[in-house]
This record gives sequence, C-alpha cells and structure tokens, in this order.
Amino acid sequence: MSATETAAAVKYVTPTPPEEIARVAEWINTEEYKEKNFARTSLVINPAHACQPLGAELAAHGFEGSLPFVHGSQGCASYYRSTLNRHFREPAPAVSDAMTEDGAVFGGQNNLHEALENAYTVYKPKIMPIFTSCMPEIIGDDLTAFIKNAKNKGCVPADFPLPYANTPSFNGSHIHGYDAMLLSILQTLTEGRQIEGRCTGKLNLIAGFDANTGNYREYKRILKEFGIPYTFLADISDTFDSPLDGHYRIYPGGTKLEDAADSINGKATIALGSYSTAKTFTWIKDNFAGKHLAMPVPFGIAKTDALLMKISELFGKPVPESLKAERGRAVDLMTDAHQYIHGKKFAVYGDPDYLLGYVSFLLEMGAVPYHILCSKGTKKLEKELQALLDSSMYGKEGKIYMNKDLWHLRSLVVTDPVDAMIGDTHGKFAARDAKIPLFRFGFPNFDRVNLHRSPLIGYQGVLNMLSTICNKFIDITDETCDDRHFEMMR
Amino acid sequence: MRQIAIYGKGGIGKSTTTQNTVAGLASIGKKVMIVGCDPKADSTRLILHAKAQSTVMDLVRERGTVEDLELEDVMKIGYGDTKCVESGGPEPGVGCAGRGVITAINFLEENGAYTPDLDFVFYDVLGDVVCGGFAMPIREGKAEEIYIVCSGEMMAMYAANNIAKGILKYASSGKVRLGGLICNARKTDKEFELVSALAAKLSTQMIHFVPRDNQVQRAEMRRMTVIEYSPDHPQAQEYRNLAQKISDNKMLVVPTPLEMEELEDLLMEYGIMEAEDESVVGVAEKAA
Repeated sequence: MSATETAAAVKYVTPTPPEEIARVAEWINTEEYKEKNFARTSLVINPAHACQPLGAELAAHGFEGSLPFVHGSQGCASYYRSTLNRHFREPAPAVSDAMTEDGAVFGGQNNLHEALENAYTVYKPKIMPIFTSCMPEIIGDDLTAFIKNAKNKGCVPADFPLPYANTPSFNGSHIHGYDAMLLSILQTLTEGRQIEGRCTGKLNLIAGFDANTGNYREYKRILKEFGIPYTFLADISDTFDSPLDGHYRIYPGGTKLEDAADSINGKATIALGSYSTAKTFTWIKDNFAGKHLAMPVPFGIAKTDALLMKISELFGKPVPESLKAERGRAVDLMTDAHQYIHGKKFAVYGDPDYLLGYVSFLLEMGAVPYHILCSKGTKKLEKELQALLDSSMYGKEGKIYMNKDLWHLRSLVVTDPVDAMIGDTHGKFAARDAKIPLFRFGFPNFDRVNLHRSPLIGYQGVLNMLSTICNKFIDITDETCDDRHFEMMR
Repeated sequence: MRQIAIYGKGGIGKSTTTQNTVAGLASIGKKVMIVGCDPKADSTRLILHAKAQSTVMDLVRERGTVEDLELEDVMKIGYGDTKCVESGGPEPGVGCAGRGVITAINFLEENGAYTPDLDFVFYDVLGDVVCGGFAMPIREGKAEEIYIVCSGEMMAMYAANNIAKGILKYASSGKVRLGGLICNARKTDKEFELVSALAAKLSTQMIHFVPRDNQVQRAEMRRMTVIEYSPDHPQAQEYRNLAQKISDNKMLVVPTPLEMEELEDLLMEYGIMEAEDESVVGVAEKAA
C-alpha cells in the first residue's frame, strides 16, 4: 500500500473539512479570538514556568557530593531529571523513594527510610537534600518527624546532612522550590558553625534559579579579576558542564560543603535576583555575619556596573582595569550593533528576575519591550517592571501581562506583532505562528545546543545577547530582501 | 506563646468547649487566637456571633490562589479581642480537607499571624486525626499541648484512646504532649469516675469535668459563649475554672494508649459492660 492509500484508509473520528481547518487557523489570529482567549479563566495552556521540586533539584545539584532525593512519586522525579537533562545535555543524577498507592494510604515514611538507606549505601553521597512531589504534600507527610525517625533508626548516620524542603508542585513555581531547598541546605550546613569574630574574608554569591552555566563561570571570572575570594551558594556550573574525559563522575562539581558551612562567617553576601531567593535572603540577613545585599541579576551595562561597584565598595578594591576595558569594549560593541536592534519590538516572558533583566537590557539598547509576560508573577513584580518601563522613553509602549500563559502570548504576537521573542523553548510555537525569531535565553532550552554555556550576565552577556539578536535580524534581511537590496555590507 | 490543639470525637462538643475556654482565658486578660481546622468552619461562631465567616479556603476558592490573600481578609476579631481564623475547606465528599488545613496554617505562618503578643493559640481540629493534614497543628514548631474532649460514652472513649495513639506517634519524634482529657459530661453512668480512670490509664489527668447544662444551648442559640451570655451563671464559672486549669497546667505527658481489651476491661470495671458475658454481644434488646 502506498503512503497516500494508507492516509486515505485512516478514518477520522470527527472528519473536519479542510476549509474548516483553514477557517479556524485564520480565526485564532483575530482580535475577536484574542478577546475570548483573554477572558479564559479556568484553563492554563503552556505556562512559562515549571514546578517547585524541579527548582529544588537544581539547588540540590549545586553542592559537592550531593544526591537530590525526591520524596514522592517516581514519574515526578523523572520529569525533573529529564527536564534538567534535556536543557544541559548532561546527566542529572537524583533518586526517588517511589511512593505508590500504599504510600498514599499509609504515609510515605517507610518509603523514605528504605530509600535513604539504599541511596546512602549505593551512591555514597555527602549530602542528600530531600524535597517533595505533590502526593506526600496532599496526604500531609510530616518530613520533620520522618527524618528524625530515620536517623534514630540508623538509616543514615546521625550526623549525615539531610536538609529538606516542602515543595508542593501545585503551589508557586520552580523559583520558589529553589529558594526553599537552598534555604534548608544552608540552615543545615551552617548550624552551629557561626564563630564570633571569625571572618572568612569571602564574598558569598547567590545566583538564584539560574540554569546558565556560563553565567556562573562569568561571575567567577569577574571575582577572579577582582582578586576576591568567594563561595558560590549553589554552584551548578561543573555539575552540568563537566568535561568528557572517559570517566563518569556521579558528583562532578558543586560548592564544597565545608565552604558552604563556613559561609555564615563571610564578609559579605550578595543575592542576585530578589525573586528567586527571597526567603533564603531574609534568613541570611538575620543569621549571616557581614553585609547582605539583594541585587538584580546583572543583565546589561547599568546592572553590571552597579554590581561591580558594589563589590568594589564592599571589599575596598578598585574595579580592575581589565574589567573597565571590558566595559569600554561592551559600550563600543553596543554602539556598533545598536542600529540593528534600535526600535525593534520584543515580546519577553519568563522568570521574574530574568524578565527584569531582559527589559532593562532592551531599554538600554533602545529596543522596545512590548509584550511582557510572566505566568507566575506578583503585584510587586508588576510594579517593578512598570517602574523600569517608566524610566525610559523606549518603555512607553510596553505592556505587562501578569499570570498569563504562552497561549495568551500567541494571541498577542499574532494580533499586535513584534519583531522577536525572548524566552525559552516553550515559546517556539507562538514564534513560528507569528513568523518571528525566538531567542532562547531562558530555561529550559531543549532545541538549540550550547546556549547555556554562553553567559548572559555582565559585559560578556551584553556581547552574547547582542550578537545573537542583531545577527539574526541581519540574517532575516539577507534571506528576505529582493536581489536589488542584497548587499555585501550590512 | 502556648499553642494548644483540641481533638475529640465528632459531635462531642470540641468547638463549644474550646470557645468557652478561650472566652474564659480572654476574661482573665489572655490574648488568644483560635484557628479552626474543620471544613465546617464552626470553630469561631460563638466568639464572633457570626454563623460563618470567610474562611481561608473560601477566599482561595474565590480567587483561585492563596498568594493574593491578605491576613486581614481572613482574620476576624471577636469577644475579648480574640483573633479568629477558619481554615475552611471543600464541600463534603469532594477534594481534600486535610490539605486545606495545611494550606491555611502555612498561610498564617507566612503572613505573620503568630504575633509575639499572643498568649495562646488554639487549634480546634475536626473529629479524629484522620490523615496527615489534620495532624498539621501538632507538627514540630506548632501545638505542643493537646487536650482531648470526651465523655463517659463508650464511643467517645474509644475515640479518645485512638487520638492518644496518634499523639504517641508524634510525641516519639517531636515535642507534642497530652495535657489531659476534658470531660464534656453527657450524664452517663459513673461518668466522672470512668473518665478519670481512662485518664489515669493514659497516664494523664481529667483536667476538668464540665457538667451538662442547658445554659450552653441557650447561649449557643444566641451565637454566644456562656461566659459572654451569662457571666454569672454557674456554667460560666465551670468554663472559667477549665480555662484557669489549662493556664496553670504543668502536667504534659507522652500518653500510654490502651489496647482494645484493656479499654473493654475498664468499661466492665465500671459496669458499663457486663464482665465475661459474651452472650450479650450481638443480641438485640427485644430478643434478649
């Protein structure tokens, strides 16, 4: 049978004439449909966020010898792992205590105990951060008691660190899970470690939920230029970007537990992104020695300047000449490139801290952040974004959409067009329908290689983002212009 | 701040006893918050004189998320400046009321409901400890003191013993302790002695024997506690005594729940069941 014959043999349950398909395809691009779409209340289609435990797992991967431990169902654990794995194209080793029907009825204590014992014996971790999927949260498993009992029973040694966080998926998003897990890890490791008068002289840097390993390496490079010792609180860069040398390492990187424990005696702590580590930062302010600051993720020149000057002030060290030169080069390349981005309209979506970064970067370039969408936002974020838009003449047209999803965004980009989108892979359908490019600066990125290795932060980030965006626009010109306008020079 | 959870068989009078006790504490100048942990949301109506207030879960249902809620939306002030919150929950037969309790208590914690000026927080918890959600009030860092409301009726005592089993589980890994049994009298035979004996077997005390009095119903019809409705009535004094005893109570124990046989022996000892008389089991009154 030929392919056409096979196709003809397929009987559709509800046959739809091609004219009807074409009519609906046309209709969903209309203003009328957009209104119906925005009136939608009981359904979310393609949200731009993931769930709490996924964020918790990312935080857990940022420590030396750490084996993330999911208290809950196996399928959930598999989802977090595969999402991280597809984004980084690296393994994400984690375990789950595989709660099933009986666990749901009797509570998950037995699962937790058995799995702790197994995982400890088989994978020899140094720490197992525990976080939860929905099921134990619904049935009300009491992790505090379960873990205490596990240690009393000897499932793991009494001094083995078992930080834990309640991370119900039906509440908050991946950034909240990241926050809860990081907080618990720090509380566990630093317990009893504060020493009066001791100062490590180090900067504690908290990157928040940031799945760009290049960003971590860039922060480290900046601090190296400064000559400032640091402790990264949750360093995932080697965990998810480890060399291929023929040896598999289950724990290829992460912040040393000793350094994390001593971070409580640091000279200063900077949390980058006030949304993704809000609770951790509040606790640090009350408990860590030294100075504490929450600053925006340094996207673009102004925010990078602010960070470098703050570091310089905190440590009494001038901004190194090398970084000053880098800044100069960044300004130069912005000038060279600005004509290709100036006035272009963008739709941006993603996590609160990244979103603020995209918007301020675009405004710096004279580009127009036009549709700004967050699928899990707050009034505080909305105000902060609005203030940012109000601060620039290029922000006047920008409109913020809080708690809307990527199907809403599709309506926006087809009815009120923009030149490009910035976000993550999930926006590719809307971008395709709107026939515009999508720049994958966010998480997760499943369909382009190596992007998470290019830093977006700092002056280097300005170079990377700008080159990616402007060259794409130039490509489009080359691909679409008529022969007469196909120029050598662009 | 002392956090206290009240448990007991359904319909035994937990909410009435809790609110009258709280009114008693308020009348001696204590600052109290009541957290109703029951989807029926009737733990605060006598203090607030209101049939049903907007519960945490009502507002969550309305707004679709707990994140947009403010504390003042759900916290009401009633008799004696008592702060009142109801967790609320789903309609009977759907959803998960236990998770509603978890959500509500997490919300209160995150939004600073537990202010240092409070002397007491009372959790009035639905029926038995049926699932993990209803044990939320006795997790670590929350209530460390539990009172069980019971009567001399057999099923109320079974329930009290069952709850003691639950407490034992939590007491072995945490700080929660049993503070005593509150006998809400039903005028059954030898009630005082029987509940005292059960308390002794559980290694605790019968902290107070609240006699049955119709004044409680008269006050309830007016949606008031007896203490507010008729402060000079002897029943009001009973509740004030109970409040004072709880306020002074130092006897906090890990309970020693009974096996079913022991419990039946106890009932026999007080003549509620006839000893060794297996012939009455399963035989109807007319047939006997």
